[in-house]
Amino acid sequence: MKHKDDVQYGTVNKLNEIKPFWNGVLHLIFVIYSLCCIVPLILIIGISFTDEKTITIHGYNFIPRVFSLEAYKWVVKTGEAIFRAYGISIFVTVVGTLLSLAIISMFSYVISRKDFRHRNKFAFIVFFTMIFNGGLVPWYMVYVNVLHMNNTIFALIIPPLANAWYVMIMRTFYQTNVPDSLIESAKIDGAGEFRTFVQIVLPLAKAGLATVGLFQCLTYWNDWYLPLMFIDDSKLFNLQYLLYKTLAAIQYLSQAANLPQGSQALANLPSETARMAMCTLAIGPIIVAYPFFQKYFVKGLTVGAVKG
Amino acid sequence: MGVTQTGTKDVAVPLKAKKTGFLRDIVKNKVLYIMMLPLLVVLFFNNYLPMAGVLIAFKNYQYHGNNFFENFILSDWVGFKNFEFFTATPDAFTITRNTLGYNFVFIFLGLVISVLFAILLNEIKNKFLSKFYQASMLLPYFMSWIVVSYIVFGLLGEEKGYVNKSLLPMLGMEEIGWYAEPGKWPFILTIVNIWKLTGYNTVIYIAAIAGIDQEFYEAAIVDGASKFQQIKAITIPLLKTLMIILTLLAVGKVFYSDFGLFFQVPRNTGALYDTTQTIDTYVYNALRNLNDVGMASASGLYQSVCGFVLVMVSNLVVRKIDPDQALF
Repeated sequence: MKHKDDVQYGTVNKLNEIKPFWNGVLHLIFVIYSLCCIVPLILIIGISFTDEKTITIHGYNFIPRVFSLEAYKWVVKTGEAIFRAYGISIFVTVVGTLLSLAIISMFSYVISRKDFRHRNKFAFIVFFTMIFNGGLVPWYMVYVNVLHMNNTIFALIIPPLANAWYVMIMRTFYQTNVPDSLIESAKIDGAGEFRTFVQIVLPLAKAGLATVGLFQCLTYWNDWYLPLMFIDDSKLFNLQYLLYKTLAAIQYLSQAANLPQGSQALANLPSETARMAMCTLAIGPIIVAYPFFQKYFVKGLTVGAVKG
Repeated sequence: MGVTQTGTKDVAVPLKAKKTGFLRDIVKNKVLYIMMLPLLVVLFFNNYLPMAGVLIAFKNYQYHGNNFFENFILSDWVGFKNFEFFTATPDAFTITRNTLGYNFVFIFLGLVISVLFAILLNEIKNKFLSKFYQASMLLPYFMSWIVVSYIVFGLLGEEKGYVNKSLLPMLGMEEIGWYAEPGKWPFILTIVNIWKLTGYNTVIYIAAIAGIDQEFYEAAIVDGASKFQQIKAITIPLLKTLMIILTLLAVGKVFYSDFGLFFQVPRNTGALYDTTQTIDTYVYNALRNLNDVGMASASGLYQSVCGFVLVMVSNLVVRKIDPDQALF
C-alpha cells in the first residue's frame, strides 16, 4: 500500500510541475528583476573605482573604463571626518540596538504575562502611539526646547528606542513561545521576577530578539533623519548624514561655482569618485552582514505576517 | 454591592483581589513595574508630551522668554488662524493631492506586483535560484535613502548621469534635465518606491503562501486542475484576507509619506515641488527652512487628525474581516 501511495504522490507532483517553457519564462523574469535590483549598486561601486578624468569625459559608468584606487586613497588620507562618522554610526547602532532590545524585551514580557492584571492598559499606552501623534513640530520642540538634546548623541539614539510595532511582535513571540507553566515553576523554585526573565524567558525568546535586533540595527545604521533634525555639529554627523551633506554641498556650490569663494570651497570637497567611495563604504557593512541578515529577516517577516 | 466585604473576603476568594487598588498592585509587582519603566519614560517624552504640544497649532508661537514653556504660555491664542492661513495657500491642495495620489498608486501597484511575484516565485522549484532571487529583491530594502538618492543621481544626474551620458546618446535621443522637470517625477518616484519595497512585500506573501495546506493543491491536482486554475481557485482566495488587511493598514497611513523618498530622492529641489512635495516634506520645510512654526504645526495637526480618523476607520474594517489582525 505504502508503495502505491508513493507512486501516486510522485506522479501527482510530476503532473503539477510547470512546463519547461513557462519555467524558462519565470526564470527570465526573475533574472531581469534581480539584475534591476543589483546593477544600480554596481554603478556606485563602479564609479568609485574609476579614474576621475574618465568620469569628466564620459560621465558615470557601471564598469570602470580606467581603473583607479585614487578615491579610496583619498578617503584614507584625508578622510578624518569619514572615520569619525563611521565611528558615530557604529556607536549609535550598537548602543541603540542593545538599549532598544533591553527596554522592548522587558516591557513586552510584562504585558505578555497573563497574571499581570493591568497588561491591557499598558499595552494600550504603547499601541495608541501607532494611532495618533502630535506631529513633527511639537516632537521637535520637545527634543530641542524641553530636553535640549540637539547636538548631542542622545538625539540619535533615543527617538527610535521604543517602537510600538516591535513591542507587539515581541509580545506575540513570548505568548507563543514561552509557556506559562515554565514561569510558574521558576517562581515556585524561588526565582525572582527579574531572574526568571533573564535566565528562563530571554533564552527562549532568542529568535524574536534576533529579529527585532536586526530591524533596529538597520534603522540605526541607515538613519539620516535624526541628524537632519537635530545635529548641526559636524563632529556628530553619522555616515549617512555626512553623505547627504557632501552631496547637498556640492550641488549648492556647483550652482554658485562662478562666485570666487564658491569655486574655492568646491575644490576642497571630495571628488566625484571619492564621494562614491564614501557611499560604497557606507553600504559595505550591510553587504557583508547581508546573508546573515536576510535569513533572520525572512523569519521575522513571517512572524509579522502570521500575526502582526 | 460587596465593597465593604472586600477586605474580609480577599483571602477566601482570590477573584475579589481584582478590586484592590492600583497602588497595591505596584507594590506587589514592583519588579514588573520597574521593568516597564524605561519604555514608558521614552514613550512619555517621544510620543505623549508631543501630543500635548498640538496646542501650538492654536497659538501664535513666539519667542518671549528663555524656555519653551514660557514661550508657550506667553504666546497668544489665535484659534484656527493658523489653519486658515494654511488652507489659504495653494500648497495645501498640492501637498494633499500628492500625498494621497502617490500613496494610492503605491498601494495598488505594490499589491499587484508583490502578490504576482510571490505566486510566480513560489512556482520556481529550484531552491537555490529561488533563494537567490529573493535575496536580490530584498537588497534595495536594506539600502538607506541616502544611498538610493546617490544611485538615482548617478543614473539621472544632468552632467554625468549614466542615462544622459551613455543611454540616451546610444538610443539617439537628447539629454533630459531630470532635476528640472517636475512632470517626470511621478514616474521616477513610483519606480524607485516599487524598486525599494517590492522584495519586502513579496517575502510577506511568500510566507503566507508557504502556510497554505498542501492538501488543497493535491486534491486539486487529482481533480485535474491546471496550474492557473489552482492559483485562481486556491492561492488567491487564501491570500485574500492578508491582501485586504495589508491594504487597509496602508490606507490608514495615506496621509503620511515616506520622508526619505520624497525628500532625499528629488534632493528637496524647489523646481520639483509641484509633483514631489508631500505633507511630510512641507511640514519639514515650513519648520526648518522657513521657520514658520504656526503653519508647520497647523499642517502637522491636519495630517495627524486625518491620519487618526483613517486608522480608526480602517481598523474597524480590519476587525470585521479578521479580529486577530486588528490593532485593538
